[in-house]
Parts: sequence; structure tokens; C-alpha cells
Amino acid sequence: MDASAAMPDFATEGETAPRIMIENLHFFYGATEALRNITLALPDRQATGMIGPSGCGKSTLLRVLNRMYDLYPGQRATGRVMMDGENIISPDADVNTLRRRIGMVFQKPTPFPMSIYENIAFGARLHERLSRAEMEERVEWSLSRAALWDEVKDRLRAPATGLSGGQQQRLCIARSIAIRPEVILLDEPTSALDPISTLKIEELIDELKTDFTIVIVTHNMQQAARCADQVAFFYLGELVEVGPAAQIFTAPRQRRTQEYITGRFG
Amino acid sequence: MSAGGARMLRRQVVNGLALGLATLATLTGLIALVWILATILINGAGALGPHLFTRATPPPGSEGGLLNALLGSLMMTGLAVLLGTPIGILAGTHLAESGGRRWIAEAVRFVNDILLSAPSIVTGLFVYEIIVQPSGHFSGIAGAVAMAMVLLPVVVRTTDETLRLVPVSLREAALALGAPLWRMVLFVLYPAARAGMMTGLLLGIARISGETAPLLFTALNNQYLSFDLTRPMANMPVVIFQFALSPYPAWQQLAWAGALLMTLFVLLLSLGARFMLRPRRG
Repeated sequence: MDASAAMPDFATEGETAPRIMIENLHFFYGATEALRNITLALPDRQATGMIGPSGCGKSTLLRVLNRMYDLYPGQRATGRVMMDGENIISPDADVNTLRRRIGMVFQKPTPFPMSIYENIAFGARLHERLSRAEMEERVEWSLSRAALWDEVKDRLRAPATGLSGGQQQRLCIARSIAIRPEVILLDEPTSALDPISTLKIEELIDELKTDFTIVIVTHNMQQAARCADQVAFFYLGELVEVGPAAQIFTAPRQRRTQEYITGRFG
Repeated sequence: MSAGGARMLRRQVVNGLALGLATLATLTGLIALVWILATILINGAGALGPHLFTRATPPPGSEGGLLNALLGSLMMTGLAVLLGTPIGILAGTHLAESGGRRWIAEAVRFVNDILLSAPSIVTGLFVYEIIVQPSGHFSGIAGAVAMAMVLLPVVVRTTDETLRLVPVSLREAALALGAPLWRMVLFVLYPAARAGMMTGLLLGIARISGETAPLLFTALNNQYLSFDLTRPMANMPVVIFQFALSPYPAWQQLAWAGALLMTLFVLLLSLGARFMLRPRRG
């Protein structure tokens, strides 16, 4: 499926080639520049953690990657975000195809007002023609991957809004993987959840890395340390430092990173 | 102590006075409502009977029912709903979802509010001008169009308002799956806003079913049972209006019965609307 011939010739850090390459990205809310000259590689089938104080631009970067900002006039991005040789922020790129390849899970669970089954089927139906049996298989597969199948298999026709917060969030993850994306963006996926649900989601992220490239924005440093292979620290719209999680948390190169992870500001 | 006591007393007096006036105002309103309902019930209950639903309106001095008026109202209301609801829902959706062109939405919203509070007699005269006058006679279609024009702004308003109550996160979640805008609206927003939209429609129907002025200029009335929407058509409000003002006791009785039936109908719609908006487990 991946056309290797179309790979751009940027230098690859580490052993894995990047799934997405962000180059000289700037982002504006009207006249305000929220992201400044970001260059960052997202390695294939690894989790990249984005940390930084509120308003540093990490969520904004996530919303650039699936072009969620398209909805809002006055928001625009310049630079390049390369995926398989295509600049995904160029106006020529088809947003709906892009969003099939790059899924997103939001801060608060967002179950649709329909049954558990329909929540999963909604996304799958957008992009594929599946027979009834195939759809049932897909629903079971996604719910199993999201570690939710055993809890809901007897009430697939029940409204999704009746699930607990943690279950709803895992449903949203299942909904994202049901369309078989290549990249999954997670915007503080556990900030509205209790510790046990949080643990489940973190285990899940670890599991999903085998098939998907993960980008997770988090305010929780321990979470970044536990889930991410690579960690990027943002401050005031700039990418201050990026490196392997172990290095960022034990031997940061930048003073600002050091100060943030030790809790001196933020 | 004495200065503080005087202030306390003053507060209590003002408080008592305000509370008393508020209670009095509420009672006045309630008394008026109960009086109206009781009058309709007392006068209408005696005139109720199966004949209302089996016989058409009688000529002066003989017996009859309200069948033609009931059917006429039903048909015209039905057609008005068919005409007004799709346009209203589409327009309301546009207002709530037209992200980029906010000033157009604001302008349309303003005009819609004017339409919402426009006197219905003006609507009746307008439809008289554009349909009755050119076609040369009153008709059920003209009546339905006039009713649809009264219904339309209600549907636009409630659709717009309930859609805007749906959290942005739900919209983004649907679009993040790669859903085109229309599928997001149809399969996520409408189900999420269904209760509010249905309530708006029911309240709109309650409103048009009692409108008299627009029908006087459009459908007028028909003594006989008729299913032809291109001809003048009997309807409840105009029959009640004419029969109540007539000198014939049999007609006056039918007017009371009709008034009671319409009140019950509107009450039923309001209850339905309340039922749909009832709080559910979160």
C-alpha cells in the first residue's frame, strides 16, 4: 500500500523512518502565531508524547495533523507536513481521506447519540462497503483492540451514552481504529478519567503501538514517560527539545525542559 | 440595636410587599386561565358527542357536527407541516452550521425573528395577494401555505437553537473520522438534537392549529365535506368564529364543542412536547 518510491529524501533520525515529517510549520489563529517554525519527525509505529504548559501549542499541532483547523475561518498553517510524499496541509489534499488515515481521540469522550455498535459502524461505513458479517467482525475486532469487547459484547445495541466515562473513551478509541488509520492522535485522552480507566488506556496505547503510529498530548509527565518512546517539549509555540523519553526525563539538554519537568514552572 | 432593628423591619416590610404583589400577579394570571378553561369545559362538555365526528356543519336551524371542519383543519395542517418543516429544518441547519459566513446567518436570524412575531393577519393578506387573488377563489392550498408561513419561523428558530446546543466536540469527533459535513449533520447532529427539534415542531403545530386570521383570507370556509384542496375548505377556527357569532343556539353549541376540542388538542401537543423534553438519565 505504501509507495516507497515517493518517500522524500529527508534525513531520518534513529532506526525507524518517520511516518509523518513536520517541516518549518507555522500556525496562526488570526494574527496570533501559535506555533513557530516546528520541525519534528513522528517515527513509524512509535508513540510520540507532546508535553508543555497550557497554551504552548501542543494541542494546536495535533489539530494541524488532521486539519481540524479547517473548520474555523481565520486559522491557517504554513510550512509542510509530509506523509508518504504528500504535503497534507496543502489545500489540494483531500481532508476526508486524510482523516481516514489519521484518527483522533479527544479530551472528553464523545460518544455519538446512537448504539455502541452504530458508533463503531458509523466511521467504518464512511470509507468501506462492508457486508453485515464483515461489519460485525470489524466491530468485534475494534472493540477487542480497545479492550472493551468483553464489557460490552452483550449490549452492543444499547446507547453508547450509558457507558462509564472510561468505557466511553475506549469506545472512542475503538471507533478510531475501526477505520484502520495509520496514525492515531490522542488529545489528553485520560484527563477526564479516573486512575483505573487511565491505566487501562495507557496499557492500550502501548498495545496499539505495534500497528499504529501514536501521537499523545498530555499534561501528565508520568504518563508521557510511561507511554511515549519519543517526547517533544513545547513552550510558547516553540519546540524546545525532542528526544527519547528516557533522555528527556533524565538528562534534558535544555534548561527550560529541565525546569518544566522538575515542576519549576508550568 | 434600635437603628439596626428599624432597618430590619423596613427590609421585612419591603420583602413582604414584593412577595405579596408577585403572588397577586400570579393568581390573577391563573384565575384568568382557569376561568377560560372552566368556561370552555362547562359549555363545551354538554355539546360533545359522536355526532361531531360523523356529520358536517349544519345549515341554520338544523342538527349537525364538525366533520368537515375537523377534516379540513387536519388536511391543511398536514400540508402546512409538509411544506414548512423541511424548509424550516434546512434553514435552521444552515443558520447553526454556516461557520464562515456569520453575518449572513445573523441577518437571516434577525429576519426570521421578525417573521416569528409578524401578526398572522398580515401573513393571511400576503397569501391572499399571491394565491387567492390570482387564482380567483379561496382554497385549501392557500390556507395551508398561510399556515406553513406561520409555522416556518418557529421551526427555523428551534432547529437553529437546539443544533447550537450540541457540543462542538461531537461535531469534531464525527468530522475527525473523515465524515463529510452532510453525514455529520444527518447522522450525528440530528439524532443529538432530535428531542428539541420535535418539540419545536409540536409547539409550531399547536400554534398554527389555532390561527384564524390567516385562514379567513385564504381557505375561508365550506359548508360541505370536501377533500378538494383547490376549493374553499372548512376549518375549525373559522367555523368556531362564525358559529359563535351566529344567533342560532345549535351553531353556538357546536362552536363551544369545537373550542373544547381544539383546547384538548393543543393541550395534548404541549404534553407531548413536555414528554419529549423530559429529563433522562445522564
